[in-house]
Amino acid sequence: MDIFLQQLINGLVLGSVYALVALGYTMVYGILELINFAHGEITMMGAMVALSVIGALALAAPGLPGVLVLGAGLVVAIPVCVALGLLIERVAYRPLRHAPRLAPLITAIGVSIILQNVAMLIWGKQYIPFPAILPQGRHTLYGASITDVQIAILLLATAIMLLLILMVQKTRLGRAMRATAQSRQVASLMGVDVNRVIAATFAIGSALAAVAGVMVSAYYGLAHYYMGFLLGLKAFSAAVLGGIGNLGGAMLGGLLLGLIESFGAGYIGDLTGGFLGSNYQDVFAFFVLIAVLVFRPSGLLGARVVERA
Amino acid sequence: MTGQRLAWVMAAAVLVAGCGDKPQQNGDSQVVLIGQASPLTGPQAHLGKDNENGARMALDEINAAGLTLGGKKVVLEMRSEDDAADPKTATTVAQKLVDEGVVGVIGHLNSGATIPASKIYFDNGIPQISPSATAVAYTASGFKTAFRVMTNDAQQGTVLGDYAVTKLGAKRIAIIDDRTAYGQGLADEVEKAAKAAGGDVVAREYTSDRSTDFMAILTSIKGKSPDLVFFGGMDPQAAPMIKQMKQLGMKAKFLGGDGAQTPNFIDLAGAAAEGAMASNPGLPLDAMPGGSAFKAKFEAKYGQIQNYSPYAYDAMHVLVAAMKRADSSDPAKYLAELPKTDYQGVTGHIRFDAKGDLAGGAVTLYQVKNGKWQTLETVQSGK
Repeated sequence: MDIFLQQLINGLVLGSVYALVALGYTMVYGILELINFAHGEITMMGAMVALSVIGALALAAPGLPGVLVLGAGLVVAIPVCVALGLLIERVAYRPLRHAPRLAPLITAIGVSIILQNVAMLIWGKQYIPFPAILPQGRHTLYGASITDVQIAILLLATAIMLLLILMVQKTRLGRAMRATAQSRQVASLMGVDVNRVIAATFAIGSALAAVAGVMVSAYYGLAHYYMGFLLGLKAFSAAVLGGIGNLGGAMLGGLLLGLIESFGAGYIGDLTGGFLGSNYQDVFAFFVLIAVLVFRPSGLLGARVVERA
Repeated sequence: MTGQRLAWVMAAAVLVAGCGDKPQQNGDSQVVLIGQASPLTGPQAHLGKDNENGARMALDEINAAGLTLGGKKVVLEMRSEDDAADPKTATTVAQKLVDEGVVGVIGHLNSGATIPASKIYFDNGIPQISPSATAVAYTASGFKTAFRVMTNDAQQGTVLGDYAVTKLGAKRIAIIDDRTAYGQGLADEVEKAAKAAGGDVVAREYTSDRSTDFMAILTSIKGKSPDLVFFGGMDPQAAPMIKQMKQLGMKAKFLGGDGAQTPNFIDLAGAAAEGAMASNPGLPLDAMPGGSAFKAKFEAKYGQIQNYSPYAYDAMHVLVAAMKRADSSDPAKYLAELPKTDYQGVTGHIRFDAKGDLAGGAVTLYQVKNGKWQTLETVQSGK
């Protein structure tokens, strides 16, 4: 039971990070039908920028409480990522908006490679350690342990997702986003500034990515210029699993993927008597993804409905 | 029609490109190319660069001292290639080095990259000395061009598995590897030796050399309450792994191989590194015969030693020493001299056995104490 509970916690923490990144993929897809492969790299950039700020602050003012230093890292990383997201949209995607759909997809892959290499030039090829500034508290819950960092990730991710849903459902911008997702042309005929809405989508997605990047580096204690690739791939899979283009789907998909990975890696060896080991954890996760897509091609929540912001 | 024309253009381009890189011979000094291959990008770039620097330092010294082969002055030039620690890329860069006309290769760093590349060097008769590949399979294929100046996994794993049970008193052992030729090979040897010494392997789990999340497998391992967790893999995985063990409240000891025994491991793991143990083939740097002199020279030029640069340095010297004995840089001629190597290097006394492995290599165990790797003891890998 304690093992089960521990795997549940592991999966939820991992899943909520996937969900935050998946939201960025799904929002852009919902509006532009573009898979923004550079999104994983924006997450990485967020982690790197925050780490630089945190590292500098931890050196300059060693007495500051860790949470404040982390906050400062976030406060710098979010605008940098937002600016980066806007720049990429303006330079790499907007000129290709009326091109065949493959063109922006290839551009996205190109942007992702450029960002990786820029990060490698700035921060080097080494893994960068996350300074030990955060409280290392650990709590025991029915035999399972959960750390302060894990609790913070769960709470923060949940709060951000709730805020995002509120924003999309209740605000003017949210309504404009939903309208643009249904039909760009009609929305623009109704007086929606479509370019502004698309830019806002990129900005929000990039801000979420920055937060996710900081979470990942704080959780695992390191950052690296390549970290966005695998994270992006997993988050993209999560978005597809939940139904790409659907906000709730991205959250569900992220959480599910985290749980599947966690339980898959934890139990597959014991369940098959050692025949399949934890080396099959990714196979297992992607097998579930394929199985879902065979029966529900548009993902768990991605019904072929018009509303997809 | 267009396809044919394209083929001609490409053939011409290859010819032109090929000509520029051939070793030139101008007057009385001849340029001889020596290849170096290691990951210069990616998660292990810091280790790859370290190897490159070690080999380059030896090469610069040999050039500065002056080298004469067959009555001609010879200037050595290094061609360094990035294999990205990837087996496929390794074969591509191996072919590239061969095409550029290198007469010998120092590399590769990872066993996974070294093994497929060794076939290409063998097919072209180019001698290869790996400074750091430890997988048994590298020299097991019977290629007479393949050598190493590093204790291999069988030797190291046997020492580790035995040490865990007899010296550390671990009865229940969990083993994780990163599914690379290196990690898996080492873990397999540890498993064999631990069982032979009377230990019980309670879990065998797997991850990848790109993962940073081990919570799921560690949770599963925790349920089997081991005394010791062994990880076969590199520091970018070992560091978050030991952190997550602490997060889960695991009391088991942590033991790793040479991939984890790096300064980087302590930087990345921080306070969680305390008490971790790992081995490194050979002697500790300050116990090496030429260790302190090497350290002073290397750090003045390139900064902190990561791990294998003394071995890359020795490998280059061993290669050139064979050329000197044969009085030729022709691979066909000096290859016959390599097995006769009897060289007193920075890392120790280098001789090769019949397979090209380092004869009688030592393994040293270290533990992190007060944020630094401290030597526990050196164990001679024996028969």
